[in-house]
Amino acid sequence: MKYMLLINAGSVAGDGSAAECDVQDWVNYDKAVKDAGVFVSGESLADLVTATTVRVASDGARTVVDGPFAETREVLGGFYVVDVPDLDAALDWAARCPGALGSGSVVVRPVADMGA
Amino acid sequence: MTGSPVGEAAGGALGGAVGGAVEAVFREEHGRLLAALAHRFGDLDLAEEVTSAAIEAALVHWPVQGVPDNPGAWLMATARRKAVDRLRRDQAYAAKLALVHVDTVTQLSDEAEFPDDRLQLFFTCAHPALPDDARGALTLRCLAGLTTPEVARAFLVPAATMAQRIVRAKRKIREARIPFRVPGADELPARLPGVLQVLYSIFTEGYVASTGPRLQRTDLAAEAIRLARILRRLLPGEREVTGLLALMLLVHARRDARTAPDGSMVLLDDQDRGRWDAPMISEGLELVPLALKGPAGPYAVQAAVAALHDEAASVATTDWPQIVALYDVLLTLTPSPVVAVNRAAAVAMRDGAPAGLTLLDALSGEERLRAYMPFHAARADLLQRLGRTSDAAAAYAKALDLAGTDPERVHLRRRLRELNI
Repeated sequence: MKYMLLINAGSVAGDGSAAECDVQDWVNYDKAVKDAGVFVSGESLADLVTATTVRVASDGARTVVDGPFAETREVLGGFYVVDVPDLDAALDWAARCPGALGSGSVVVRPVADMGA
Repeated sequence: MTGSPVGEAAGGALGGAVGGAVEAVFREEHGRLLAALAHRFGDLDLAEEVTSAAIEAALVHWPVQGVPDNPGAWLMATARRKAVDRLRRDQAYAAKLALVHVDTVTQLSDEAEFPDDRLQLFFTCAHPALPDDARGALTLRCLAGLTTPEVARAFLVPAATMAQRIVRAKRKIREARIPFRVPGADELPARLPGVLQVLYSIFTEGYVASTGPRLQRTDLAAEAIRLARILRRLLPGEREVTGLLALMLLVHARRDARTAPDGSMVLLDDQDRGRWDAPMISEGLELVPLALKGPAGPYAVQAAVAALHDEAASVATTDWPQIVALYDVLLTLTPSPVVAVNRAAAVAMRDGAPAGLTLLDALSGEERLRAYMPFHAARADLLQRLGRTSDAAAAYAKALDLAGTDPERVHLRRRLRELNI
């Protein structure tokens, strides 16, 4: 069963990286996910200042605005999709993720199975 | 007393056709059957459906044909047949249960003894991914075999609310695939406290109902004890399970003395200790040393406190220094202002009211205690003993505001009247 791990960055260090872990932690985690054969996909997102929001009104008019900005404490910083037998296994991978440390958090969501 | 949710569970379902012995069989077998089937199907809904169907079949056949030699095996065989029928009829549903095929269901033998999978079900129902308010409900529903309206009554919420809560929780189990498994030895220290917390919250809801006309609902507390006994049989080596069972027994033993004939609450100081349940106290006392073998957990320590109360002939002869020492241990294990309130009350008994009051007043800034009735009641009691009548009245009034049940209110109003102001 596929689960998406949504990685919310907590406090951010001066260089834009998460404060509680370093690049090597992420490299190790990424390798572990792939070595275990559970990796489906995963990306790290570019800095939030590069984000743009699009909305389409009922009349079809398109609005494009800069942002959103980090008004809430948690900002989506990246994700993994893993294929594991059950929620406990997904929660284990989430707990091992460097993004779960300190002020960060990982939200685990089952990927909807539209075929069933 | 009427309105017993558990009593009606068995009585209502069975009617008068079969006797109490058979009721006991259903109460015991319901959880075992459901657990075994949930494990095999990986689906709680199907397991519940065929468990109910098997029990209904028993209600039809047993009064006529007699109770079979092995009622559990009969129920299991019947439930299995019902499951095969159901999955043959509904191939789409069968396909959805990716783990299960009709073949594997038919392969289930008519073994006289099927394995006890209830431990898995305890962990699934208490899974941390489920909402707090659903865990106790699911545990009562699945392991104690209460119907949804009975569970609703147990938690004093409307049946429709409870039904929705249970449906949502079961949906999450199914769709997020919360597994039916016993956590490994490495995970157990993190997961077991969650299961114990669920049982203890069922017990405390029975011990002091959060709202309502009655102070305690002894049937609910008894149900929590029954579940704790099952859990202890499944995890005999876990000292905190033993500690929890001991704590429940030692507290529940005082149930008859806790309520006056007019229904009002009677504090420990004023209870007629002759009305305590001596056999239940003995059983609890035997468990305490087992629970304390090795580093003590919070339930074992609380059981030891309850044991000291139960062993004492009166409040005056209670070993208060030892109780204070145990609360000191408990504070290091689970630091909480509520534990600190209990410790302060014990200090007041050991060293006198002024010492206790100093400790309580030091806690008055705690956010969690502001709406905690026992804190204000304990403070009022010490103020009264020190002759600070108007301060005591104010504290009793505050406690009265926060009291959830009528018996607590009757008790507090009486204390307020005794102040004669």
